[in-house]
Amino acid sequence: MHDKNHHSEHCHHNPGNAAAGASSTAHELLIEGAGCASCVGKIESALKQVPGVTEASMNFAQRSVSVNGEVSDKALIAAVEAAGYDAKVAQAESSEDLLNEKEQADQAYYKRLMREMAIALGLGVPLMIYGLFIGEMTVSTTAERIAWLLVGVATLAVMLFSGRHFYVGAWKSFINHSANMDTLIALGTGTAWLYSMVVVFFPGVVPEMARHVYFEATAMIIGLIDLGLALEIRARGRTSEAIKRLIGLQAKTARVLRDGQEVDIPIAEVLQDDQVRVRPGEKIPVDGTVLEGHSSVDESMLTGEPMPVEKSADAEVVGGTINKSGTLLFKATRVGKDTALARIISMVKQAQNSKPPIGRLADVIAGYFVPTVMIIAVLSALAWLNFGPAPAVAFAIVSATTVLIIACPCALGLATPMSVMVGVGKAAEAGVLIRNGQALQTASKITAMILDKTGTITEGTPKVTEIVPLAVEDEAGVLRLAATLEQGSEHPLAQSIVESAKERELSLGSVEGFNAIAGHGVEGRVESRTLLFGNEKLMRERQVDIDQHLEQAQTLAAQAQTPMYLAADGKLLALIAVADPIKADSVAAIQRLQHNGIRVVMLTGDNRATAKAVADQVGIGEFFAEVLPEDKSAKVAELQQQGEVVGMTGDGINDAPALALADVGFAIGTGTDVAIESADVTLMRGSLHGLADAIAVSRATLRNIRQNLFGAFIYNAAGVPVAAGLLYPFMGVLLSPVIAGAAMAFSSLTVVTNANRLRLFKPQDH
Amino acid sequence: MLIINLLGLLLIALIVWWFWIYQGPTSQLDEGRITISVKNGVYEPAHIRIKAGQPAVLGFVRQDPSPCASVVVFQDFDISEELPLNQAKEVRLQPMQPGHYPFTCQMQMYRGELIVE
Repeated sequence: MHDKNHHSEHCHHNPGNAAAGASSTAHELLIEGAGCASCVGKIESALKQVPGVTEASMNFAQRSVSVNGEVSDKALIAAVEAAGYDAKVAQAESSEDLLNEKEQADQAYYKRLMREMAIALGLGVPLMIYGLFIGEMTVSTTAERIAWLLVGVATLAVMLFSGRHFYVGAWKSFINHSANMDTLIALGTGTAWLYSMVVVFFPGVVPEMARHVYFEATAMIIGLIDLGLALEIRARGRTSEAIKRLIGLQAKTARVLRDGQEVDIPIAEVLQDDQVRVRPGEKIPVDGTVLEGHSSVDESMLTGEPMPVEKSADAEVVGGTINKSGTLLFKATRVGKDTALARIISMVKQAQNSKPPIGRLADVIAGYFVPTVMIIAVLSALAWLNFGPAPAVAFAIVSATTVLIIACPCALGLATPMSVMVGVGKAAEAGVLIRNGQALQTASKITAMILDKTGTITEGTPKVTEIVPLAVEDEAGVLRLAATLEQGSEHPLAQSIVESAKERELSLGSVEGFNAIAGHGVEGRVESRTLLFGNEKLMRERQVDIDQHLEQAQTLAAQAQTPMYLAADGKLLALIAVADPIKADSVAAIQRLQHNGIRVVMLTGDNRATAKAVADQVGIGEFFAEVLPEDKSAKVAELQQQGEVVGMTGDGINDAPALALADVGFAIGTGTDVAIESADVTLMRGSLHGLADAIAVSRATLRNIRQNLFGAFIYNAAGVPVAAGLLYPFMGVLLSPVIAGAAMAFSSLTVVTNANRLRLFKPQDH
Repeated sequence: MLIINLLGLLLIALIVWWFWIYQGPTSQLDEGRITISVKNGVYEPAHIRIKAGQPAVLGFVRQDPSPCASVVVFQDFDISEELPLNQAKEVRLQPMQPGHYPFTCQMQMYRGELIVE
């Protein structure tokens, strides 16, 4: 046995992220004007001569070339143009054109099937009415033989016109030693037609009672199955609505500054580092960094976050979002298939096409299905011939045909992918990106959710909440001193102090001899005073007397604030408390999780007092405090050992190992960080509601898949024996092949329709 | 009646042999790539031999408008690619370990196999 698991990891191929990963130096260009295969060498060598290019290889069939190296798209395009061809940056695969093309192809196929259906039913329905109400479909006189012969020829014409795809498909797969739905339909309708023709030509070889023709069955089955397929195409189209909506977000043109002029160009021609202007009400065409201007931008279509976001210089903007109020000039940082939107689309498509493990059994069954049904059909015919009442031949033919026709491997095969398609799309609409089917399935089973405190439950950016002056300086005075000291520090708490001083427009001085004491605080000389700023430990080590104010500090800590002491020349100057505010909707979102029966656990590196205060405020009863970053995964493992299916939510950067170890890792993003590698699920908005939404959608999808699989199993498990005539000895019931055809045609349509019900699912019950 | 029963059983034996036991002809890669047409309910060629440890490029050309044919799934590698109609679509595979790896449509009706040795 080879090691398949290892293998599959080894071979993991994720084209959707190829551009997003480490290979940011990979470029893909589309070449125009390359008419012959010999152009390939010319273009490749032209590209290889561009400084920085390490590799260039062209795919002639797709007219695309992939280039590796530290080089700009502009230089590459220039090189191709110099060689005499046109080139442009490759767009996302799922551009609107491609989608339209697919829709047109589907539409054409739909029309063809409807036409074929009309012809087939045009013959089948009158024949069936004749058989049911007017006359017998039997052959006894010569006149009847001639009449039925004509009908038989007409049926053959229908088979060739309306059902040719079944017969060609069946034959092609037969010679390839495989069998599919076409095989079943071709065999079923072919048997019925052939038997009827035998009755017409050689009535003598079958008993008188069995001289019945089944031309109507052949025509009806072909017509009904064509109809089923046509309706299925329509229904399938609706399952990809979410992706269509995402693709529709892409802007078509961009206004770019070229040679000092503003020009409107197709979005495909926007290059990295281009300067792009967006006016109020316009879509932002590509990702970039704002150079000038101020505006609010509606990012709800990507993040699900309804509040517009303020943007000014240095802010990041994302393609596909809408500029609301002001004009922005920004520098394009990611274009073509590297934009956040393109990556979201590619990731959603990838996930939509991936299968959760729940579908595996159905796949295994589907693989053996058709030959098994053929064997059952033969066995059923034999049983009727041996034990059936007269006319045994007719019963044998009817039962074999019905078995072949009613069996529907498609419903089994479609059950899972259709629901995944709709479910993953639905999640994307709520700003939740699910990496694959496996993640979707596991997310539905989560029993415990670990939430990292900082940046997940809280905003992640601490703010100064309280300043308690203890000596001569006032609030502004101590803040100025503390901020001056902390200017050089990169600690998040330090930044909050500096930020707060800036808000109060305090002018900061300079610091000498700055020294950061890890885990304690900082020291330095400001205005010829020796300042110490840090925690209790630091004060104790430097013998600063803080005993009088210890209680006050502890009270602050109990309110989830982090107290820090500022001392000058060995004497305490002030207490400054910093806190990381809890996100406005964390409490409600956590309640939603708890209502869904999920054990919510908080994890933080902070001290117990702060942890407890935050946990109390958001209604979490269980928490791990003072957890070092490297120990986070141990806590995940601890819950897993208790038998929990553990979800872990974090920012995806500091807690990558814990996210990877958890059964499902959720990364809370900020809209642009779409493809956080370590996460199974990326929440594009900061709100924890995304988490509850993700779990709600995954549960609804899995429920839908189970309904589909159950329906498909029961349908086949009940339909095939009934078609074989199992009920006949007890109730005298034998299905007609026409009913079987209708049942089969609508079974797979039912699966697709049920999957479409998921579109109506609303995850936000807050 | 005996003859009919024997014929029936023979037919079953033939079905088992033809669809499950028989090992059909296989195709080799040409310079690491092969073009597979998706048409009339089958992949052609459907059985492809690949040397272990070598990457492979499978160029799918779908000429079948049926929606069933629109996605090709390599279950073992977690790959599933949409195949646009009448356009080449490449699936690049990393070097593989020996084994049999099926590729199918979503409904498992189109079936092919990579034989890595």
